[in-house]
Amino acid sequence: MLAFLLSRFYQILIVIFLMSFVCYMLLGLMPGDPIDLLISADPRLTAEDAARLKTLYGIDQPLGKRYLNWLFAALQGDFGYSRLYVKPVIVVIWGALEKTLLLMGIAFVVSVAIAIPTGVLAARRAHGFADYSINLLCFAGISIPAFWLALMLILLFSVILGWLPANATPVGDVGLLEKAKSMILPVITLAMVSIGGVTRYVRGSLRESLQQDYIQTAYAKGLSESQVVWRHALRNSMIPVITILSLDLGTFFSGALIVEIMFSYPGMGKLLFDAIQGSDYNLALAGLLLATAVTLLANFLADISYAALDPRISFRERN
Amino acid sequence: MTRSQIFVQRMMLHRMAVISACLLALLVLFTLSAPIIEMILNTDASKVNLFSRLMPFSFDHPLGTDDLGRDLMVRLAYGGRVSLLVGFTAAIFAAAIGTVIGLIAGYYGGWLDSLLMRATDSVIALPLLPLLIVLAVIDLEKIGLPADIANHNDIGLYRIIVIVSLVGWTSVARLVRGSVLALREQPYILAARSMGVPAKRIIFTHILPALTSPITVATTLSVGNIILFESILSFLGLGINPPTPSWGNMLTNAQELIWEAPTLAFFPGLLIFVTVLAFNFVGDGLQDALAPRSKKR
Repeated sequence: MLAFLLSRFYQILIVIFLMSFVCYMLLGLMPGDPIDLLISADPRLTAEDAARLKTLYGIDQPLGKRYLNWLFAALQGDFGYSRLYVKPVIVVIWGALEKTLLLMGIAFVVSVAIAIPTGVLAARRAHGFADYSINLLCFAGISIPAFWLALMLILLFSVILGWLPANATPVGDVGLLEKAKSMILPVITLAMVSIGGVTRYVRGSLRESLQQDYIQTAYAKGLSESQVVWRHALRNSMIPVITILSLDLGTFFSGALIVEIMFSYPGMGKLLFDAIQGSDYNLALAGLLLATAVTLLANFLADISYAALDPRISFRERN
Repeated sequence: MTRSQIFVQRMMLHRMAVISACLLALLVLFTLSAPIIEMILNTDASKVNLFSRLMPFSFDHPLGTDDLGRDLMVRLAYGGRVSLLVGFTAAIFAAAIGTVIGLIAGYYGGWLDSLLMRATDSVIALPLLPLLIVLAVIDLEKIGLPADIANHNDIGLYRIIVIVSLVGWTSVARLVRGSVLALREQPYILAARSMGVPAKRIIFTHILPALTSPITVATTLSVGNIILFESILSFLGLGINPPTPSWGNMLTNAQELIWEAPTLAFFPGLLIFVTVLAFNFVGDGLQDALAPRSKKR
């Protein structure tokens, strides 16, 4: 068990390390270079200044050396300065990460809170009318483009009805209520694009559990249907669901990125997008890596919770 | 299950897939007839006319005009060509990559298998959209493409097909590997091996043909996802470059114009939605029809 978790952990470290190399190289391929940007920002810079800056930032060195320099600094917690925000990258990113985790957390809770009862209903009425309607809705949720859903929600709730703000960053110092109101549309959008998948996983997994022998036993000892479903079958169905959910976290983050851009919500996704668009290399690099690391670590946590939920699991068998 | 339930089930299962297939055929027809629609409406979809900006529905412009005075319906038809083309080609490329990786991993096994599958798992877990955004902005001149190719207006189309294929192969790879693992133990493969048939030949003449249905299903199911990726990248201004229309980039300005022209935001997205939904239903139907064992009843 411990050995398995350790090997998973090493694997994650290797992936993060590889990603840091790949991302560093990719960002080096982005248009422009940092010194050109400095020169265009300040026309008084002379050619000598530019050369001096190149030496100062180490840009005159070969790419491999630059990567190693960056890596050693990064390992010590120094990700450099953000060009757009003129602050250390770490400071900029922590603020945004907090916002994204808030958005993703609320949307996740909302979508699971809706998906579990819906999936249970679909599994209990398998191949009935409710099941088919739910299935249709799930397909719709999986297929809808998140940015278009956001546009349509803005159109309905902000433009036509005027109930909710279309922008998730309230201007000025506003009360908690306004802040909460500005979160509603982003949360709905993000939850709606993930609910479909989760519901289908719950339904599929529960259908499988309901065919097991211990379900017969539970019925035989006189338990009611809802007792059997909620207390016996659902608990065992949740294990595969959690695995799949944790694997979907990357997709969930991609969804959050779209939602943040659509509603100008100041989270990691929007930060990353702005950094890439604005040639803020340090910020983009650290952001990409952090997004990857958080996703992979969440996968790792799911692996641990796997063991906590199901005492029968010994990881040796799986490998 | 009662007889009526079985009936409902079969009808519903097939009905959605059949309706979707018909819908897709209609959509393809619609996009192919773009020049004809253009001719009938007597308009030029690429011509900017600032005097007819944001016109409402009319006989001349059935869905109105956009912010540059171009007919929305004709542009939707041309845009659909691009979106569907990207969806199909990238899905096929991705399936080819995934099939090769899955075949190698499943057939040879051992360390190669674990390496390839760890790599696949890692790509699945990654947040793909940020990565795609970076891939969409990299300067092609810096990877050695000649300047006239790198800055060509159509490069956006090829670039998006390539980058989406580069991340879209994972589901096919896993599926193919799983099927190969099962096939490898079949007596006929053992027989072929014992007769000394080379591995390459076994893979291509004995294993690959048996994988046609799972690959078809996985490819169909991935078309929808790929169209979603294309549309979001084009929407963000990183995919298909205007003035070439795609359903995604037609929505780029829609957010600012949502007060004046809500229909501009509505139709392109609706077509993306319907197309992706149809591909998912057809894929689901194919799965039931071609690989019935994979779905538990």
